[in-house]
Amino acid sequence: MVTAIKLPLYMPAWTLKNSINNFGKPIVFFLALTPFLRLIWFGFHDGLTVNPIEFITRFTGTWAIVMLCITLAITPVRMTFGWNQLLKYRRMLGLFCFFYTLLHFLTWSIIDQQLDLQAIYQDFFKRTFITLGLVAFIGLIPLAITSTKGMQKRLGRNWSKLHELIYPIAIFVVLHYYLHKAGKNNFGEVRIYIAILGALLTWRLTRWLLKKYKLQT
Amino acid sequence: MKFKLPLISSSEITPQRVFEKRRELIKLAAGGALGLEMSSWFSRDALAQTKLNAPLNPAYNLMERKTSFNDVTSYNNFYEFGTDKSDPAAYASNLITSPWKVSVEGLVGKPRVFDIDDLMKLAPLEERVYRMRCVEGWSMVIPWVGYSLSHLLKLVNPLGSAKFVEFVSLADKKQMRGLGSDIIQWPYVEGLRLDEANHPLTLLTLGLYGQTLPKQSGAPVRMVIPWKYGFKSGKSIVKIKLVEKQPATSWNIAIPDEYGFYSNVNPEVDHPRWSQASERRLSDDKSIFSPKIKTLKFNGYGDQVASLYAGMDLKKFY
Repeated sequence: MVTAIKLPLYMPAWTLKNSINNFGKPIVFFLALTPFLRLIWFGFHDGLTVNPIEFITRFTGTWAIVMLCITLAITPVRMTFGWNQLLKYRRMLGLFCFFYTLLHFLTWSIIDQQLDLQAIYQDFFKRTFITLGLVAFIGLIPLAITSTKGMQKRLGRNWSKLHELIYPIAIFVVLHYYLHKAGKNNFGEVRIYIAILGALLTWRLTRWLLKKYKLQT
Repeated sequence: MKFKLPLISSSEITPQRVFEKRRELIKLAAGGALGLEMSSWFSRDALAQTKLNAPLNPAYNLMERKTSFNDVTSYNNFYEFGTDKSDPAAYASNLITSPWKVSVEGLVGKPRVFDIDDLMKLAPLEERVYRMRCVEGWSMVIPWVGYSLSHLLKLVNPLGSAKFVEFVSLADKKQMRGLGSDIIQWPYVEGLRLDEANHPLTLLTLGLYGQTLPKQSGAPVRMVIPWKYGFKSGKSIVKIKLVEKQPATSWNIAIPDEYGFYSNVNPEVDHPRWSQASERRLSDDKSIFSPKIKTLKFNGYGDQVASLYAGMDLKKFY
């Protein structure tokens, strides 16, 4: 017996470009999820070090800031190289930034602080790096909620305005990381993120200033 | 129709006892094969250690669960080998611990350079189970081997003018890859007041878990001062100097408002970046959801050491 295989009437030629167009999103999704899968794997294979909570907190924090860098890099890279198709990954990457930030926050609040609201409250007011981190996390929430296409339409021009919140958030995030590492005078890794985020924000600031200057003349 | 019972000789039947343990047996076999393959790797550090004859001193025992040898030796700070807590275990193997000399000098009547073999025989070695509280907020329970530093200090006759003791760690770029960083000042210097140094709890430490110290744990000789934060206990010590003035210590120089000279474990005095009221005890019977434990003042050694600080404002002398 022969099983009929249904073929689509139109098959696009296999080219790298077409593949990226068709499979780009799942690939990017999988890549961005890999750190999380790795964390789960570590959990089942005794890979979370002797101090698992510290490890998970730092791991999720690091990936949150990496995702933030990648998300903020989309626009400059797209405009510089004319790779407009990059835009379709921005929402997903931004949501991954929120996802790792949420894990980071939950690890700290539930596992580390045992939901001790008094301790959390005290830390928030007493320790600047906690204040900055929490404010950055809270700032990301409306951005995640309004990331859908529907919300984008509903908010219209205000949507872009709202999402410019990511710039102060990025500064808070870097300060949060910097002040944490200052406790051990250890700025090696922080410098990398300061450089990357600094460059990405400077690019935007320069464009904004140029635009403003041109409009006035 | 008749069924014919298959004939199975009793020798072919897996005994029930074996059958019930089949999974363990498979694991054991796999582990055995892996163990054989990896044994040379596992023992590369272990081989460097020798067993010590050190009976437990019951006066310094704890009824708390010990942190496993593997955890103690794979997670610690030893910035000479890198800032990550897995760096010491990964990179300390280059450390040459024999020959090793410790110079005891400064305001002493009889300055002397001790060979590591002299130190091993200077006083009877004993095992003591101490709590180790890191300033970062985690703690372990560790069976160290050594003897009170006072035995050594007695031999060099400290002069009346000696008020403090300075401990200097090895700083050799060739052996220690972390020395390239500018996080703290090298060599690593720590210090104690002379009365703190003479306190019986202050342990000149030569071993861990009944063996000589693994390289990542500060071989071949280190200090352990159990009522102070871990960084006060210098590792791989090459010089002990008696001085008149309070020594400038590495972490205190780097960030003076966060790491004081005294650095006694104190739940009432926060580190500026985190609370010191509680700690995470690292031992393998804990799941990641087990709560932190309350930090004890002087790490639980208050009955023995609190008198050293009578009348002192410990918030000021943190």
